[in-house]
Amino acid sequence: MTYIAKPKFHHPGLKKNELGYTHRDYEGKISTLCAGCGHDSITASIIEACYELSIEPHRVAKISGIGCSSKTPDYFLGNSHGFNSVHGRMPSVLTGANLANRDLIYLGVSGDGDSASIGFGQFAHSIRRAVNMTYIVENNGVYGLTKGQFSATADRGSKSKKGVTNTDNAIDLVAIALQLGATFVARSFSGDKTQLVPLIAAAIRHKGASFIDVISPCIAFNNHAGSTKSFDYVREHNDAVNRLDVLVGRDPISVDYAPGTVQVVEQHDGSRLALRKLDADYDPHDRLGAMTFLQRHAAKGQIVTGLLYVDPEAEDLHTHLDTVETPLNTLDEQALCPGSAVLDKINASLR
Amino acid sequence: MSVQSPISSVNDFVVRFANVNGSGSASANELFARSILRHGVPVSPRNIFPSNIQGLPTWYEVRVTEDGHLGARGAVDMMVAMNPQTWDKDVASIEPGGYLFYDSTKPMPTSKFREDITVIGVPLTAITNSTYTDPRQRQLFKNIIYLGALCALLDLDPKLVEQLIGEQYKGKEKLLSSNVHALHLGRDWALQNLKCPIGLRVKKSDKVGDRIFIEGNSAAALGAVYGGATVCAWYPITPSSSVAEAFTSHCKKYRHDPETGKAKYAIVQGEDELASIGIVIGASWNGARAFTATSGPGISLMTEFIGLSYFAEIPAVIMNIQRAGPSTGMPTRTQQCDVIACAYASHGDTKHVLLFPEDPAEAFEFAAAAFDLAERLQTTIFLMLDLDIGMNHRLCRPLKWDDAKQYDRGKVMTAEMLEEGRDFGRYLDVDGDGIPYRTYPGTHPTKGSYFTRGTSRDRYARYSEEGAVYADNMQRLVRKFETAQDMVPRPLQANAAKPTKYGVLYFGSTSPAMDEAIGILEARGHQLDRMRIRAFPFHSSVASFIADHDFVYVVEQNRDAQLRQLIVNENGIDPVRLVPILHYDGTPITARFIANAIGDHQDHLKVTPLRKAVT
Repeated sequence: MTYIAKPKFHHPGLKKNELGYTHRDYEGKISTLCAGCGHDSITASIIEACYELSIEPHRVAKISGIGCSSKTPDYFLGNSHGFNSVHGRMPSVLTGANLANRDLIYLGVSGDGDSASIGFGQFAHSIRRAVNMTYIVENNGVYGLTKGQFSATADRGSKSKKGVTNTDNAIDLVAIALQLGATFVARSFSGDKTQLVPLIAAAIRHKGASFIDVISPCIAFNNHAGSTKSFDYVREHNDAVNRLDVLVGRDPISVDYAPGTVQVVEQHDGSRLALRKLDADYDPHDRLGAMTFLQRHAAKGQIVTGLLYVDPEAEDLHTHLDTVETPLNTLDEQALCPGSAVLDKINASLR
Repeated sequence: MSVQSPISSVNDFVVRFANVNGSGSASANELFARSILRHGVPVSPRNIFPSNIQGLPTWYEVRVTEDGHLGARGAVDMMVAMNPQTWDKDVASIEPGGYLFYDSTKPMPTSKFREDITVIGVPLTAITNSTYTDPRQRQLFKNIIYLGALCALLDLDPKLVEQLIGEQYKGKEKLLSSNVHALHLGRDWALQNLKCPIGLRVKKSDKVGDRIFIEGNSAAALGAVYGGATVCAWYPITPSSSVAEAFTSHCKKYRHDPETGKAKYAIVQGEDELASIGIVIGASWNGARAFTATSGPGISLMTEFIGLSYFAEIPAVIMNIQRAGPSTGMPTRTQQCDVIACAYASHGDTKHVLLFPEDPAEAFEFAAAAFDLAERLQTTIFLMLDLDIGMNHRLCRPLKWDDAKQYDRGKVMTAEMLEEGRDFGRYLDVDGDGIPYRTYPGTHPTKGSYFTRGTSRDRYARYSEEGAVYADNMQRLVRKFETAQDMVPRPLQANAAKPTKYGVLYFGSTSPAMDEAIGILEARGHQLDRMRIRAFPFHSSVASFIADHDFVYVVEQNRDAQLRQLIVNENGIDPVRLVPILHYDGTPITARFIANAIGDHQDHLKVTPLRKAVT
């Protein structure tokens, strides 16, 4: 559908956000993915979250690897720079970009093949390094672009469209992210926009490595009976631990929650996350508890969704490297070059 | 057996130290080399070491050379044999008439020596053990004691050695005095018990001048500091690790904000070379100057990203400290074996810019220049060092920097330019040099954004699989590479005293051996014009140089004549006219090797034609 130009006009009465941007200002090109693809719903949620947060669209850098999911950055934030890089290598490219300019928002978009197979190492190490980013995996358990091979997140025992049963164990990226020290970990479902939009918004506001695993059924190759990543299966097995509202700036906390069911988390940047607890036992500040909870429910065949862990006082890679506040890409000769007088001294010390 | 008279030479000989690695000998040996420099006599030291931390043999070779021949010479005039493991081979490697220095504490059977050399025994262990009780002290001071004995034997001025020790242990009085004490222990024993000096002597001279003594890796790292690199991502690999380590220590000294103390750089040790180059590409895409340092196996891993850098046109600087390959090869031995791998790295049609510094001074200059070139050309620039330059101290001219110099940030379209309504096509060749404009992410709210990808796209960065669009882009990349030809360092030519039909091409660390070989060849009656190639793409003068000569020797340190292949391929030269001179056993190339190989070939050319001999 690339030959179809997206019309630029829009309804004059379209709502504007705080910065005066409409929803349309956060859109990108027309998607070339299959009609009904879960990834397009995630794209819509990203657009919605950025609109609601009143982010300047061009201050976001969208970076992806290779695959269906990695094509999506072309379909949102059309005024942002995007980088469809190398298969499985989004995390390193994003890390470098982040080091160069700490002032932009970094959105890493990847898939399950990209992050759990070829790029498993880069996924792990970018999380370990606490890169300030929102890392979204659009997880469909299948290689869509190459027509239906299992990916490393496909559950053991699940069936491919051709009827082959997967005998390999699945990688749960959420469990791994928790173990590696991600400071914002969530899981959601592409078909559940009310849950996903605030999670993306909260992740963007989080300073540190935010990871969201979004189960996103592949309409072409993984939406059949026997698949554990189909719309029907995920709806039936979804166990949401909480629902989230993100409050930025002076917004008062909504009062329409029943007392005792709302937990407010204030993040480093002043934004507040109002968590409506759906599971009374669940504590999103307990990393170990989250890991156990996850495993216990996985054993029962349940897919836990919601904000699973958040450390509101997280640090990021720039904190660890103690870099200057000014973005490195703006430093000039005066700031960077020690000059000839210093060089003369160095020469003298080498004789 | 004829009696061999001991070698007698002032300021022109080779001393080799045979040690066990991890024994602390390195600093004593380096002290030896530096103290000769302080006599105004040039030296060229080389580490010959295994890929190991403790217990295996290691050698340190010091060529003392009043004439300033800094290439390896080959052959040993004096062996300081401190390693029983390699004794037999070490003793055998001494030139007839040479000297063997050894620890004579334990008596050795005469069969272990040679009659045609001078054997000098010093009871190092006995002297050490009677002075020190701590085992670690015994080990370390034994090294200084043999240095003291060598002072006496080679007629070194002890004051100059003391001065160096003083500089090394400035502020650590206790260490200073104990080292000086150990030095005199050895020196006094030698003066009292041996005939000092021997035939090999160091005499004060004035041939060092203002030159500095530095390792190529450290100089390249300093070049990155001066060249404005702010992001360095790397993965440890011999012999390149010391580039990133030196960059780290230089940055700690020169790159912290004086007010806040914060770092004006970011260094990340990646999980592998893929991540390292990925970080470099990401940072460069976002407008920072970024580099990585690696060696052969790392280059192999990075090639997919290098192709992306070429095709999506993202600057990157890769310092390749070459070692002997293929595969793990000989990780601690030198070669120039990645010329082809780097020139054509990646699948698909690609070509990359290579810079070939000859020594640390050029490594500094080219490293700084690499960042200008990378941003101007928006592609990967390889700085091709090797272990011989990178990991050895080399005497070279002082490093220079012009304070008026401004970084060339290349064609970057700013918010102001976009506001003015300038047409921005990320892959649009507006100036005819094949180089398009780029924008940094976050530049303008509505103008100048684009989608970077490794897939084919049109001049405005829109995805396209149209054959004509793809070909148009590939042709522009060729144009850009032609533009690069006049931006990279030019070859340097030096003509023989008399007109000659023969020439020689060489590059990188071969330089000092080549210069010395020219002298040897001249003495044998062979005149050669020479040209040192300093970069790829080759400047047009390379083709004219070849055209001007009947035969051109191409001297390189690899098996497959990689530079020659590249010249033949890129310039359409008849291969017959390029005679390969190849050295690839992992040791640095020597003047003797070059002179013999070229000399033999020249002698064959001079054979009287058969017809003439008959008539």
